[in-house]
Amino acid sequence: MPEPLLSIRNLVVEFRTEDGIVHAVDDISYDVFPGETLGIVGESGSGKSVSTMSILGLIPQPPGRIASGTALFKGKDLIKMKKRELRRFRGDELAMVFQDPMTSLNPVLKVGYQLGEAIKTHYPKVPDDEVEKRVVELLRMVGVPNPDQRYNQYPHEFSGGMRQRAMIAMSIANSPSLLIADEPTTALDVTIQAQVLEVLKTVQAETEAATILITHDLGIVAELCDRVLVMYGGKIVEHGDVHTIFQNPRHPYTIGLMDSLPKLTEDEEWLRPIPGQPPSLINRPSGCAFHPRCFLAQGRVRCREEVPALRAADGGTDHGSACHFAEELIGRHSKFAEPVPAGGGS
Amino acid sequence: MTEPTTPDTPLHLQKHLIDQASTLGDGFDPALSGLVDPTVDAGLELQARSQWSYARSRFLRHRLAMIGLVVLVIIFGAGIFANLIAPYSFEEIDLTNVLQAPTTTAHHFFGTDEIGRDYLSRVIYGIRTSLEVGVFVGFASTLIGVFVGSISGYYGGWIDNILMRITDLVLTLPALAILLTAAALLGQGSQWRVSIILALFYWTTLARIVRGVFLSLREKEYVEAAKAAGSGDLRIMFRHILPNTLGPIVVSASLTVGAAIILEAVLSFLGFGIKPPIPSLGSLIASGQQFPQKWWITVFPGLVLLSIVMAINFVGDGLRDALDPQQRRVRA
Amino acid sequence: MLTYITRRALYSIPVLIISTFLIFSFVSLAGDPTANIRQNPQFSVITYRNLQHRYHLDRSIPVRYGYWVQDVVTHKLGTSLVTSQPIWPDIKRTVGHTAQFIILAEVLAMILGITVGIFSAIRQYSVFDYTFTSLSFLGYAMPTFWLALLLQILFVNIYLKWNVRIFYTSGLNNPGHGTWSWDRLQHIGLPVITLTVISFALYSRYMRASMLDVINTDYVRTARAKGLPETKVIMRHVFRNALIPIATIAALNFGSLIGGAIITESIFGLDGMGYYFIQKLGQLDIYAVMAWLLVTSVVIILFNLLADILYGYLDPRIRYD
Repeated sequence: MPEPLLSIRNLVVEFRTEDGIVHAVDDISYDVFPGETLGIVGESGSGKSVSTMSILGLIPQPPGRIASGTALFKGKDLIKMKKRELRRFRGDELAMVFQDPMTSLNPVLKVGYQLGEAIKTHYPKVPDDEVEKRVVELLRMVGVPNPDQRYNQYPHEFSGGMRQRAMIAMSIANSPSLLIADEPTTALDVTIQAQVLEVLKTVQAETEAATILITHDLGIVAELCDRVLVMYGGKIVEHGDVHTIFQNPRHPYTIGLMDSLPKLTEDEEWLRPIPGQPPSLINRPSGCAFHPRCFLAQGRVRCREEVPALRAADGGTDHGSACHFAEELIGRHSKFAEPVPAGGGS
Repeated sequence: MTEPTTPDTPLHLQKHLIDQASTLGDGFDPALSGLVDPTVDAGLELQARSQWSYARSRFLRHRLAMIGLVVLVIIFGAGIFANLIAPYSFEEIDLTNVLQAPTTTAHHFFGTDEIGRDYLSRVIYGIRTSLEVGVFVGFASTLIGVFVGSISGYYGGWIDNILMRITDLVLTLPALAILLTAAALLGQGSQWRVSIILALFYWTTLARIVRGVFLSLREKEYVEAAKAAGSGDLRIMFRHILPNTLGPIVVSASLTVGAAIILEAVLSFLGFGIKPPIPSLGSLIASGQQFPQKWWITVFPGLVLLSIVMAINFVGDGLRDALDPQQRRVRA
Repeated sequence: MLTYITRRALYSIPVLIISTFLIFSFVSLAGDPTANIRQNPQFSVITYRNLQHRYHLDRSIPVRYGYWVQDVVTHKLGTSLVTSQPIWPDIKRTVGHTAQFIILAEVLAMILGITVGIFSAIRQYSVFDYTFTSLSFLGYAMPTFWLALLLQILFVNIYLKWNVRIFYTSGLNNPGHGTWSWDRLQHIGLPVITLTVISFALYSRYMRASMLDVINTDYVRTARAKGLPETKVIMRHVFRNALIPIATIAALNFGSLIGGAIITESIFGLDGMGYYFIQKLGQLDIYAVMAWLLVTSVVIILFNLLADILYGYLDPRIRYD
């Protein structure tokens, strides 16, 4: 088992607001290994974006606050680091791609300049023409046509998909070891989504970077990820490799997510959404955060009073679930499982 | 599942939960499990409050706006009830008591002016004058502005063009100069003439704002739906679009009141506004220029004017925060 | 870009014509240019009729307007009916004086206001921020004429009490001193302070708001994610973008600056445009007033045009074709 590239332990992130303290991330721990793609899945407000942005130092410290936790990257703790040192990692070894390409680029500066800035910030001694060449090469890698012309254009002259490609190019400019993509395709049209995903795949192949892919779209997870974390209410509720999660989910929330996807190869009469609303992060439900919406809870006291711990589940060494009654789900296959031979078990 | 259900009834929720539970397939009896859980209902039901109650609670939370409101109530209250509060009439001359500094004897808390009139009373009556002018201008300019703006914004085309060109013209020229010219030629001395002039000048700002809202809302789907249902133009304008403009209108009207009060003071100060013996805060301040050592002549009416304007600004800010939730709140 | 400028300039001309015509009609209907003369018992009826004819007062308004335009163009803004003196030299002189202290006040206000706005935004909710935001609320609400008067009273009292002149409280110069002298500075000091305070409140407030808007944008987050040091983030990404709306505000502020000039010059007795205007208005010297309004309108239109061009230069998203 190789050494993890990034190792997060017991991370807690809070926000102070007028209405109370928002518990955005509540004691999560996970590892990212070199070269792999880890998917983090959850609804809005599950804490998936905040967990990564906080370790990069991108959360404004009032009102946000990393209450506790460690994040070891190549042996150094990102959380305890001084800001100046963290800055050296940001954009160099650790890069991030954000969700909305339309607003993520400075409208009054040329695109080429902004990409070049990523390089010059960390390697100021590189001569300007070298930087320009590298930027053009990056733009070509991500599939922007006529990169030498595009270099001198402004963001508003790029389409949405092209801007996101440029953002991806900007993030890999310094060959990061870890790339974090926060809902990179959510703001794009479906056809453009597919293109940008292809770009991500290309980039991963070229740079061999590990990737954390944050999304609420299970389709993307199925296509790109090796392992998956499922987050709910600021906690990790299930984790495992992508096959296990899709075929043998062991947490009611994950099952709910799978069930809510229509399976196109079968007839289904009704869609099955998960009932209820996402939990308030200020006044969280007692005990298990999912219990008000859970079909497995059935009013049981333990679900209402005791916060479930993340325990090993039956899908392999890496499979874990935070459910008191995960055992009751054993033997249950999701609709994405391999078809059971006729006359076979339940 | 055999029947369609609307997603909001708790009953359906329970039905759905029962269905999901039954996919477990191991003989589970939902009825025994206490599925009917009151906390489930409570957690899943949203309480809908009206938009107005949201706005009202946001306004009440705005501390500065509350302070401003209190200040305004006090000051304007004094103006409204001037007859009852002022210790003297604003005209009562007492030549034995000329230019006296503020003192507690004989209730001359603000001192006396150059012909012995009690200054506190004059300031209070000055407040009343400002209030009358401000409210009138706010009211009249809002009426005109809403009328012109709604027609302009709703119908667009050449009507809009012409009306906007007219407002443009008014804005091309320096405000004070135009008002002074108008006041000099038309309205000298009379309080009502000055008010009318100010109103005729101020409707342009409001018209622009209202027009903007109308233009943007005109294209919305519910207007099209109303038209398809056969609603006449007037009805659409009144019932559908106008309520959405109330927010900006209220904010703008309150700021106009403040601006009118200041402008009237400036006009009177320069001698082109309300003339004595009717006291106006502006002319009161002006009279202080001749008596630089009798500081109270200038300071007191000025303080009152400053307080009024600041209070109106705070209240306007609070109203804007309360009525326009989309605006990012930069807490000032 | 050039086509845009010419188009705007051409468009301004009919605006100018219509507005001056409207004002001319309004002023002519409302006021009688010869009222002063008529009141003077020394003028005979015949002289009065002569005057009427000479100044075309017996003709209809559009015709009179035409004559006025002709007079303006050929005779440099014409002659005053009241003083029978040409108007242009007066305006030229007064504009110079006003421009001097207005520009000084505005530049000072901009530098101070923008700086304070930047630091207020960077250190939001700090003591610095709260102090200056409160001050800007005060400055914004402060009536110009009251502030000017208070300053005047203060410095008169200082002189009376301690016999030292820090700032003069009226006039432009003591005899013998010139336009660019220390004496001049002492005289325009108070009007400049007055106007600076008011404009400062405006600029600091808007700059702060603009900075805060920009600081919270996604592209600033991107800049930070790239690893840029915070000072570079502020200077390169935030400041430039935040400055763009300020250009428009500066241009729009010009109209109220003229109002401020009118007020301060009246209080401090300065021989500037504002004082000239008030005087002529008081004397009902119609042609002079008209000439003044014409000059101011042209300058305001020029400023608006300048602001638009500046905006287009700063923001590449705006293209004027």
